[in-house]
Amino acid sequence: MSRSTLIPFGPQHPAFLEPLNVSLELDEERVASATLNIGYNHRGMEYALALDYKKTQYLAERVCGICSNHHSAAYCQAVEAIYGLEVPERARIIRTITMECQRLTSHLLALGHIAEAVGYENLFMQCFRERELVMRLVNEISGNRVHYSTNIVGGVKRDLDAAMERRIADVMKELRPRLEELRGIFARDSTLVKRTRGIGVLTREQARDWCTVGPVARASGLPQDVREDGFAAYDVVRVRPVVREEGDCYARTMVRMDECLRSVDMIEECLPLLREGPVAVAVKGHPDGEGLGRVEAPRGELLYYIKGTGKLQLDRIKIRTPAFVNVPPVQIMLPGSRLADVAVITVSVDPCICCTDR
Amino acid sequence: MGLMDRIGARSPWILHFDTGSCNGCDLEVWALLTPRYDVERFGGVNRANPKQADILLITGPVTKKCEDRLRNLYEQVPEPKLVMACGNCASTGAPFHNCYNVCQGVDKVIPVDVYVPGCAARPEALIDGFVKALSLWEERSKAAREARE
Repeated sequence: MSRSTLIPFGPQHPAFLEPLNVSLELDEERVASATLNIGYNHRGMEYALALDYKKTQYLAERVCGICSNHHSAAYCQAVEAIYGLEVPERARIIRTITMECQRLTSHLLALGHIAEAVGYENLFMQCFRERELVMRLVNEISGNRVHYSTNIVGGVKRDLDAAMERRIADVMKELRPRLEELRGIFARDSTLVKRTRGIGVLTREQARDWCTVGPVARASGLPQDVREDGFAAYDVVRVRPVVREEGDCYARTMVRMDECLRSVDMIEECLPLLREGPVAVAVKGHPDGEGLGRVEAPRGELLYYIKGTGKLQLDRIKIRTPAFVNVPPVQIMLPGSRLADVAVITVSVDPCICCTDR
Repeated sequence: MGLMDRIGARSPWILHFDTGSCNGCDLEVWALLTPRYDVERFGGVNRANPKQADILLITGPVTKKCEDRLRNLYEQVPEPKLVMACGNCASTGAPFHNCYNVCQGVDKVIPVDVYVPGCAARPEALIDGFVKALSLWEERSKAAREARE
């Protein structure tokens, strides 16, 4: 009988952007069992968010830097639900554009990250090069690269002028062939395909049992996407979720890759819909009541629950982040895989630890 | 530059560690290591191995759970070493001020040499900080060599 070896994977590891620890029990080269250890990034955000209503908007973006705009959008939707506000159409479309821009940056980061985990440094650099294009566009739209701060309760802070609309269209035009080139590499490159196909399989039943959301669920054949419920401007833009059946790392990568192209489609579809009009409605007082906000963040469904009693301090803010449910299934994907594939499998669910731990 | 300096000269390798940031600065650190900002032209390569690292790029306000890990990493880095606190929260704990699980900045745990402001710190600011760290590091390497001689 062979003796098993215990290996700590993380919290500081070349494959991880963030501190995440997986305790691996190895039998020779194969993983026998894996235990996840999270909480390295726990800052107590839900407590801090509820302290001061005037600062919540600012802090909601700081829960996660990769999907900051989705966090603030979900927060704004929850507060708007308390006030019963109707957000102007132009504001909803601008929100959709910035959200899709953020999805592009997030997915390109995830794709680059998986290329890095596979050991394809070149492709990692290429993903980040295309990503920089969107980052610079967002910088022009909002004045910030990471925390856009465009959403406010009741609408958006900044309007897009005609020159900016043209600029967005130009960038999308430039980005599309580059993404298609990337898609070709991810779909057909033999090294990448060998390292990802059939690795870390999550079946449809497992995906449902572990309540996975977003690209992880869609790669396992669960056609779920909050955008189809039509928040922001997703009721007027055509949403076509990318669904694949395999459930392996390859499927998860390809779902993200195809979603990038769909995001470009959606942004291009949004631009002609922009009509002259106000971009925000005025809001007064502190929220009194309960509200719920749901958006489809790059990693899946993001939910904000807010309860206020008309005071400066909110009663409760509950955040259910997509990574919080997407990361635990790693424990059933890892057993049976080789040690060399651990990084690829863990990265393929796009673990966002600051979202997970909050 | 004398002969000994030339022999002793080498590229400073980077160790990046996230101690509980929102990922904003981490994204910018990664943007720094990739095309467009490309800090590799100054010799900085992300090695993710404390024993080969020279400059630590630390992001995040240092959560209580990361505190010991950060100290552990710092002790593993050979001298001369430099610590760069990237972003407002790494410098002072700013957005997460008074949160119950954070140490309010990297300098509460390990000594910091360069502070880079910004939430999130912009790549331009990070490059500026890195160049400052680089000259400090060269000074210290030189001092260490002279002490040996």
